[in-house]
Amino acid sequence: MARNEQQKVDDPVLEVNDLSIDFHLRTHILHAVRNVGFTLHRGRTLALVGESGSGKSVTARALLRIIDSAARVTSGTITLDTDGKKTDLNTLGENSKEIRAIRGGRIGLIFQEPMSSLSPVHTIGSQIIEALRLHRNMDKASAKQETIELLRQVEIPDPAAMADRYTFEFSGGMRQRAMIAMALACDPDILIADEPTTALDVTTQAEILDLIKRLQVSRGMAMLLITHDLGVVAEVADEVAVMRFGRIVETGPVDDIFHAPQHAYTKDLLGSTVRLEKGATTSSGGTEKRQPVLSVRGLTKVFGGETSWFGKGAYALKAVDSASFDLHAGESLGIVGESGSGKTTLGRLILRTVEPTEGQVIYRPGDGSETDVTRLDKQGMRNFHRHVRLVFQDPFSSLNPRMTVKQIVGDPLFVTGTARGKALESRVGELLEMVGLDPAAMERYPHAFSGGQRQRIGIARALALDPKIIIADEATSALDVSIRAQILDLLLEVRKRLNLSFIFISHDISVVRYFCDRVAVMHRGKIVEIGSAEQICDAPKEDYTKALISAVPNPDPRNKRMLHRTRFTA
Amino acid sequence: MSGTKIIHKELETAPALSPLKTGGDIGSIAAAGQWTLIWHKFTRNKVAVFAGVMILLFYFVGIFVEFLAPGLPDKSKPQFTYAPPQQLEWFAPDGEGGTKFLPHVKGYKMEVDPVALRRTFTADETDIIPIGFFVEGPAYKLWNLIPADRHLIGPIDKNETVYFLGSDKLGRDLLSRLIYGTRVSMSIGLLGVCMSLVLGVVLGALSGFYGGWVDMLIQRIIEVVSSMPTIPLWLGLAAAIPLTWSPLQVYFVITIIVSLLAWTGLAREVRGRFYALRGEDFVVAARLDGSAERRVIFRHILPSLTSHILAVITLALPVMIVAETALSFLGIGLKPPVVSWGVLLQDAQNIRTVATAPWLLLWPAGAVVVAVLSFNFLGDGLRDAADPYGD
Amino acid sequence: MLKYIIKRLLYMIPTLIGMSLIAFMIIQLPPGDYMTSVLASMRDSGVTVDEAQIERMRETYGLDDPVYIQYFKWITNIVFYGDFGFSFEWGRPVSELIWERMGATLSVSVAALFFVWGVSLPIGIYSAVRRHSIGDHVFTFFGFLGLAIPNFILALTLMYLSYKYLGQSVGGLQSPEFADAPWSWAKLGDLLAHLWIPVVVIGTAGTASLIRILRANLTDELNKPYVVTAKAKGLPEYKVLLKYPVRIALNPFVSAIGWVLPNLISGVTITAIVLNLPTAGPLLLRALISQDMYLAGSFILLMGVLTLVGMLISDLLLALLDPRIRFN
Repeated sequence: MARNEQQKVDDPVLEVNDLSIDFHLRTHILHAVRNVGFTLHRGRTLALVGESGSGKSVTARALLRIIDSAARVTSGTITLDTDGKKTDLNTLGENSKEIRAIRGGRIGLIFQEPMSSLSPVHTIGSQIIEALRLHRNMDKASAKQETIELLRQVEIPDPAAMADRYTFEFSGGMRQRAMIAMALACDPDILIADEPTTALDVTTQAEILDLIKRLQVSRGMAMLLITHDLGVVAEVADEVAVMRFGRIVETGPVDDIFHAPQHAYTKDLLGSTVRLEKGATTSSGGTEKRQPVLSVRGLTKVFGGETSWFGKGAYALKAVDSASFDLHAGESLGIVGESGSGKTTLGRLILRTVEPTEGQVIYRPGDGSETDVTRLDKQGMRNFHRHVRLVFQDPFSSLNPRMTVKQIVGDPLFVTGTARGKALESRVGELLEMVGLDPAAMERYPHAFSGGQRQRIGIARALALDPKIIIADEATSALDVSIRAQILDLLLEVRKRLNLSFIFISHDISVVRYFCDRVAVMHRGKIVEIGSAEQICDAPKEDYTKALISAVPNPDPRNKRMLHRTRFTA
Repeated sequence: MSGTKIIHKELETAPALSPLKTGGDIGSIAAAGQWTLIWHKFTRNKVAVFAGVMILLFYFVGIFVEFLAPGLPDKSKPQFTYAPPQQLEWFAPDGEGGTKFLPHVKGYKMEVDPVALRRTFTADETDIIPIGFFVEGPAYKLWNLIPADRHLIGPIDKNETVYFLGSDKLGRDLLSRLIYGTRVSMSIGLLGVCMSLVLGVVLGALSGFYGGWVDMLIQRIIEVVSSMPTIPLWLGLAAAIPLTWSPLQVYFVITIIVSLLAWTGLAREVRGRFYALRGEDFVVAARLDGSAERRVIFRHILPSLTSHILAVITLALPVMIVAETALSFLGIGLKPPVVSWGVLLQDAQNIRTVATAPWLLLWPAGAVVVAVLSFNFLGDGLRDAADPYGD
Repeated sequence: MLKYIIKRLLYMIPTLIGMSLIAFMIIQLPPGDYMTSVLASMRDSGVTVDEAQIERMRETYGLDDPVYIQYFKWITNIVFYGDFGFSFEWGRPVSELIWERMGATLSVSVAALFFVWGVSLPIGIYSAVRRHSIGDHVFTFFGFLGLAIPNFILALTLMYLSYKYLGQSVGGLQSPEFADAPWSWAKLGDLLAHLWIPVVVIGTAGTASLIRILRANLTDELNKPYVVTAKAKGLPEYKVLLKYPVRIALNPFVSAIGWVLPNLISGVTITAIVLNLPTAGPLLLRALISQDMYLAGSFILLMGVLTLVGMLISDLLLALLDPRIRFN
């Protein structure tokens, strides 16, 4: 580390000036990056923030001269400052020896999806050893030693054994740690992290960001962090540059960006960011006098418990373990959990698209009767599905690309015989208006719409049969921040107008806080805590909930919550 | 006081694009249904479009066989065995030192090699046989129904002999036989494919949709059938056809044999897609909307399959054509007097025959190759265009 | 891994049974049995017929028994005694006739397989990396041509061309002077000189398919994130290509053996008939035409078994190559 110690902290180590990149597509040219400029300083983190299509990933890769075959760098300089010598990276050939020495040697890169970013057929150890031998000229034995040391530094338990394991044997968080180890193997001056924690759970995200921050400080690296999550930016970054449609629209120190933004887009982004402190003002405070509209008791789902040829039912997985809760009329209940918590399965169990192993689901439509959904026959289920509807996560795969919007939204009406022909058309028009779309859109096909618009179509379809309950399964998780806020507001409005009850399933606690009245927290199939949204988020009782809440990054650099979180051990 | 710097003030609403061709319009195909999109994507592939035209041409020939052929397929002229092809020429000397427009071929000058007792034919410059279009020729019945005697092309004097592509060992016109053979060879492919289609789609759909033991059973069957090397099986089945059956019966049995082994590919494709689509969100949504299983299959899943099925069928056709050709070539498929490309190729089995009369190999083989090539290009193009949303 | 092998072997058994059923069914298809046609042809040529001997043969081979008993006898004879039956036409036990022929079929098929691999791997990689280049278009075109031209037509054409231009007869696997001679370099050279035509003929279609598969798979893999990671590490281009995406794109390439092999064996059959090679094909055809059922059925069964074994090997190779399969 002598090299780094000699430099003063805060030295500019990479300067990007007027960078522009064009993509030559089949029918037109996309100006993906336009006149982008920023500086990276040793020991400091610059966050490049933007939504999808902003050009941030393209920029990051261009720094390493990794350029897509359809792309052209049309202008700009990327000046790397090492030991006083300045090199313009843009002048180096894409496959030249110089740039290859810089890749991994001076600049390290870690990505978003560790599963597909690491080779599936090689061991973790061999991939790290390869990087070491490439840049630090080590022989096999010392490279192996160093690999184990690196794995230890990134806090992977039992590093000597894990080095010989394959990628798919690691969990998501561990893979990301391994990626970090690989990127840092050759002691680079700059670390580029492209959405490093987007695919991870909240608690794992906190651990990884913590680790990266500590390593950055101890090695004195400059970091370029690419993300769309403003919470992460507030917790980790020193400076921020906001990108939109290829341009940087605003840049500055993190505190100023969050507390005194100037550009309209930045303000818009900040305004759309949901926070743990604030719920939506329409908190209808559910009507608890009457009987709850839906009661779940002891709902359980065990996968793979049957015995197979080879004996034992060894691989039994309890996805949902004895879940019980009530849903009151007009309220929205959030179900929050990390991956593997069982929240999605719970939603499917209620609808019985997955059959429960045990338990009851009691539905009270409000006319005094009550039915146990788990005992309903086919006809009964069909009826039930008119009252309880589902909004899906993925706006692209949840709409049949071969049907027009009218056919998609009108299908439930057609199939149940509720409306046909002209009546169907006018009802579909009504629904589209309700979700904020132009009724003329019904003649078009899904591919003509953006992700947010498609989600609106999905919501219109869910509303078609005048349901009482809507189950939203990660309905906003695939959307950009600003679109997400719009959809959430739409759902709130719809809820008020039609007096619906919601079961809102999500991994994003801030979103749940914004939208829901009460929240149920799930961990490994069990509901560990239920309470009002304020109580869960401000004063959680259970240890797991405390750990979960405290790990949520706070989009306020003056109040860093995540870095002071509590940890939960199972 | 904010320390931030605004780099770019205006609020844009869309990514920055420039049209590539000057004046080009960046529009989107918003209201285009599946087949329009598929058509657009398909027509971009010029090779596939050309291949499609070729196929249509072949079928056109197959329909109007009797009119298009200059002669009859079984008219033998023993004095003209193994006669070489006659070149169609457009201009003839007019007797005054110039040339005039007169489509014609040159007649034959025959020599007999006394040692080998073989005939050789060379072009006789003085023997001009005028060729005309829409001429009268040997009588026929179009589709066995409509009697006529006009041919598209042929000698103006209908007693003359013209061999555009040469003749075979019995002096029969190769061109006419080739054209007649087109009808048989191309239609076997169509019929066979229809049968495979039914078998393949039904079984594949059952397999993919129900899963469980139905799937396992059908999968095993598919595995067994497709693991067997096809040619030995074809040979076995074809050799079992009793010699006493009529040519028409043989024709149908050959079709059945050929399609029995070809349905597996289709079934696999259908099953694979069914499986993939079963779990798709929009299928789950359709069920939750209240659709019965039948409607889910026909309204939601099947439309996603049709373009793929089309592609697979187009790729299966050439297999059937080659199968029939191979079997007939070996002598266990179609037999004379039926004419197909395979039957024509039987004459080319002998190396020495081919050496002296290479046209007997060249033209039937050429027809097979062009047909198969076109089907492959077309099928490939269809397969690429089958999923227009992948872009 | 051992569990995986055992599972695969167990799965093979129902398929084997199915195959034997099909082979047997084919044998039974022609009306009458061998005896009737033999008797007919013997009588035609005036050979005296020993009724007793015919009756004894009828009994041994159960020609009078119901179908399922015949099948059962046939299978048990094969599995337990290696007795494939009797060839009525040649007057010898089938086992004497088939092994040598099957051996030749196997060698030609394997040679063709290596040819296919050896040619399609580099071309496939090149086509994927340099998509839409001139070379890619040329290879694609020839690939299509190879796919489109049926084996036997290609064989005929090559035979014709070499007869016309090289003046040599290229049928068979060995020239007459080497046929019974002891092994020597000259004999090997002669074998190779004859072998290349069948190998090329049989291999073209398989090569074309594999090139297309490799090209498609490799193109998919080249767009995946781990390739960018490898690049970002600073690896040289060729290593980025070969060590990672090619390694993974090899998987479907290896498993393609599973269906290329039946095609190759098929191809050997018909090409052998055209080129008159001493493999199973010509003998099979004769046996089918003369209804020599045990010979024909055994050939068909063995070809099917060969294919299954080939597919098993390809699955095992795949498991070796891809740790994901081993661990699941």
